[in-house]
Amino acid sequence: MGSYIPSTPSQRREMLEKLGMSSYSDLYRDVPSSVLLNRPLNLPQGRSELEVQRQMQQLAQKNRVFQTVLRGAGAYDHYIPAIVKTIPQKEEFLTAYTPYQAEMSQGILQSIFEYQTMICSLTGMDVSNASVYDGASAAAEALAMCRDRKRTVSLVSATTHPDVLKTMQTYCFASNHELILVPEKDGKTDIEALNKLLSDSVSALYIQQPNFYGIFEDCSELFEIAHANGTLCIMGCNPIALAIMKTPAECGADIATGEGQPLGMPLSYGGPYLGFMAATSKHMRKLPGRIVGKTLDNQGNTAYVLTLQAREQHIRREKASSNICSNQALCALTAAVYMSTMGEAGMREAALQSMSKAHYLKEKLCALPNVKPVFDAPFFHEFLLEMPKSRELLSRLENEGILGGLPTGCDKILWCATEKASREALDRVVEIYKEVLTA
Amino acid sequence: MKLIFEHSIHGKACDILPSSDVPAVELPAKFARSSALNLPEVAEIDVSRHYTALSKRAHGVNCGFYPLGSCTMKYNPRIDEQIAALPQFTEIHPLAPREYTRGCDEAIALCKSLLCEITGMDAMTLQPAAGAHGEFMGLLLIKSYHTERKDFRRTKIIVPDSAHGTNPASAAMCGFTTVSIPSAPDGCVDIEALKSALSDEVAGLMLTNPNTVGLFDKQIIEITRLVHEAGGLVYYDGANLNAIMGVVRPGDMGFDVVHLNLHKTFATPHGGGGPGSGPVGCKAFLAPYLPDSVVRNPETKLQIRSFYGNFLVVIKALCYILTLGAEGIREAAQNAVLNANYLMHLLKDSFTPAYDTVCMHEFVLTLEDFKHETGVSALDVAKTMIDFGIHPPTMYFPLIVHEALMLEPTETESKETLEEAAKVLKRIYAMAHSEPETLKSAPHNAPIGRPDEVLAARQPVLKYGFENDR
Repeated sequence: MGSYIPSTPSQRREMLEKLGMSSYSDLYRDVPSSVLLNRPLNLPQGRSELEVQRQMQQLAQKNRVFQTVLRGAGAYDHYIPAIVKTIPQKEEFLTAYTPYQAEMSQGILQSIFEYQTMICSLTGMDVSNASVYDGASAAAEALAMCRDRKRTVSLVSATTHPDVLKTMQTYCFASNHELILVPEKDGKTDIEALNKLLSDSVSALYIQQPNFYGIFEDCSELFEIAHANGTLCIMGCNPIALAIMKTPAECGADIATGEGQPLGMPLSYGGPYLGFMAATSKHMRKLPGRIVGKTLDNQGNTAYVLTLQAREQHIRREKASSNICSNQALCALTAAVYMSTMGEAGMREAALQSMSKAHYLKEKLCALPNVKPVFDAPFFHEFLLEMPKSRELLSRLENEGILGGLPTGCDKILWCATEKASREALDRVVEIYKEVLTA
Repeated sequence: MKLIFEHSIHGKACDILPSSDVPAVELPAKFARSSALNLPEVAEIDVSRHYTALSKRAHGVNCGFYPLGSCTMKYNPRIDEQIAALPQFTEIHPLAPREYTRGCDEAIALCKSLLCEITGMDAMTLQPAAGAHGEFMGLLLIKSYHTERKDFRRTKIIVPDSAHGTNPASAAMCGFTTVSIPSAPDGCVDIEALKSALSDEVAGLMLTNPNTVGLFDKQIIEITRLVHEAGGLVYYDGANLNAIMGVVRPGDMGFDVVHLNLHKTFATPHGGGGPGSGPVGCKAFLAPYLPDSVVRNPETKLQIRSFYGNFLVVIKALCYILTLGAEGIREAAQNAVLNANYLMHLLKDSFTPAYDTVCMHEFVLTLEDFKHETGVSALDVAKTMIDFGIHPPTMYFPLIVHEALMLEPTETESKETLEEAAKVLKRIYAMAHSEPETLKSAPHNAPIGRPDEVLAARQPVLKYGFENDR
């Protein structure tokens, strides 16, 4: 109904007259008449705000919100403090463009500088960029950072999230580069197999930590082997786990990437999420995307600017390190507010509670007959179980407002728990499963 | 202004989580972190005041006029935010069973069909997260098409020299070589240059129409025909769709693939640099290559990020399109073009349009002669605008115009705002003649003066230095 145009019809006529025109069609005189759309678009009639609100509300009601979510697999249901939701809604942050004009964008630039610092703190890396689209595209961009003329082949562990792997494969298909899977053994990257695959054409090794099954990989060992071959190492990390887990820097990684969604972003049916990327100083100039740096203004005051732009598409065009332009700035801001609000202690607590609850659930479920853990290895907050009647169990849970783990076929379920899962809910899962088994 | 880390005092915290109700589990030492975490330790009021102070040092389109060319900084309606924040959208797991995500799936299907109609395309994906990501996806469709036909020689993508930098960068990421063709003196495609660039090695042409100088290329039918005859496909960069939606459609002009920027044309906020959304539409013969999430759809050939895209951004754009409807969409485009022409008209007697003709949704001024006369550059004019509370236009783009300022007012600015902005620019024009030094050192009323960008790049300081750092 409205189109948010503030000028009145008579003002618009007046403007047209000043231009010596009689109608809007005079504005489109350069458009060949053969392509002009000679009918209205086949779209619904415009609606008032109230009508749209009702229509969208109806659509929203067709979705089901679960009280307890025990499914992860790349999207994690952590608690989001109230302030983390309100600050990014400030219109100065929400409605600004990329901070090209530093003098008018110090608030945004400083918030990115702080975000970069926090990502460096989490990962132990020297340099972070201002974000990329998500964890999968971050991983794919990282592979590109590692290539040079001689080394073009990427090795990726088979324990990587399938969406992340497929994204890396697509980026490699695009740039005509080879990607080879490192097979898994007992739920972890197969070190023997890695040894055989390494050669002087291998540029990068990518390991997800914890991996798709929730298991901690022996990153230090894997990276040592890869480095001995002159191969660069990328660790794709869960950012909540990083509060307590050996960092990419401690494992010897050259590049750290990850899905930042757990840092204060809701599940949102898959997006917007946040791709974080950090590297050692040596690889600073190969990082894709925006980077904010600290400098001085002409009065000698501290100022923040977009910097190292010689890497970027608007300067280098086809020689740029990536085509990325818009990133996920507001999600990076959200992550920074989340980390500030949770603080060191809160981040550790979220990580430890997620891990503890996952272990509690695993222990209780595995105490039941016929339930078998698929792998036996230290894990963070996800684990894979083989359990009979898994379909019946999941559907019973759904009826009781619990979204169970992700079914991965053959009666296997990938479970996940975060700090949000109460002991009561976890116990209820076990009770329901007992009922399913005896039914 | 202090950094959040400078507010940090050991022991401060916000009360967020209850204590654990299950036995604590220890991480095996082999996998445990030993280095300092160095995250801020602050109270909630510190967080609130810090970010409020930062927000006061930022400028969004909902704060004031923002004529940043090629970025379509239109008003971002609040209702769209409110709808996208509904828990029935935000609390939905991307891998929840389909029976519980019907609302999301219907919203996605509806948005796709509306965007197909607006662009004249047959199929659409919402997976790309931004415009450049959409370009990458669109070129992947072109690459997949030629690859499947075993037409392996087609390794070149033609891009006009006026194109956005993302075009050649996307082509490079897709393994193509870029062939840049010069623009004709009128700013449009030089047909002869195009003809001589075409061959059986050309995979496709990337084009914006209206182009980056704000003009509609009249020869568009011939351009797309020539590329098709040479066996190539034609890609539409949707950055400038705001000028023509509801009036003319890329699909009817002969384009095979388009990308859109929901954060430009469809009023979703840009968030200080994202999240955007860059849907890609295509003709039916390319639809089999459209991406999906491999977890949900193991058959998918391509995937460029996790899951299905920036879903909440899609919800906002859907609200916007439903509000405007068929008539409103067209009206928005018409008024975007009207506003641009009106503002150009008001400025014409002082500043020089690079192309003195009817423009589309944006226009480019060239300050080359002005700089010779006054010594004041396009940059100086842009920085002076900041002192008057107006966000500067896009500067020094497109590359084919010297001392360029590119202004795009959008349809959501009133006649009064345009007249006020014209007054400001004319005053700056006069100041350039009477007090050029004031302009050369502008801005004077901003939170900072001009920053030293050379220093920033030469001695990069990219994070806060903690005392306990290595």
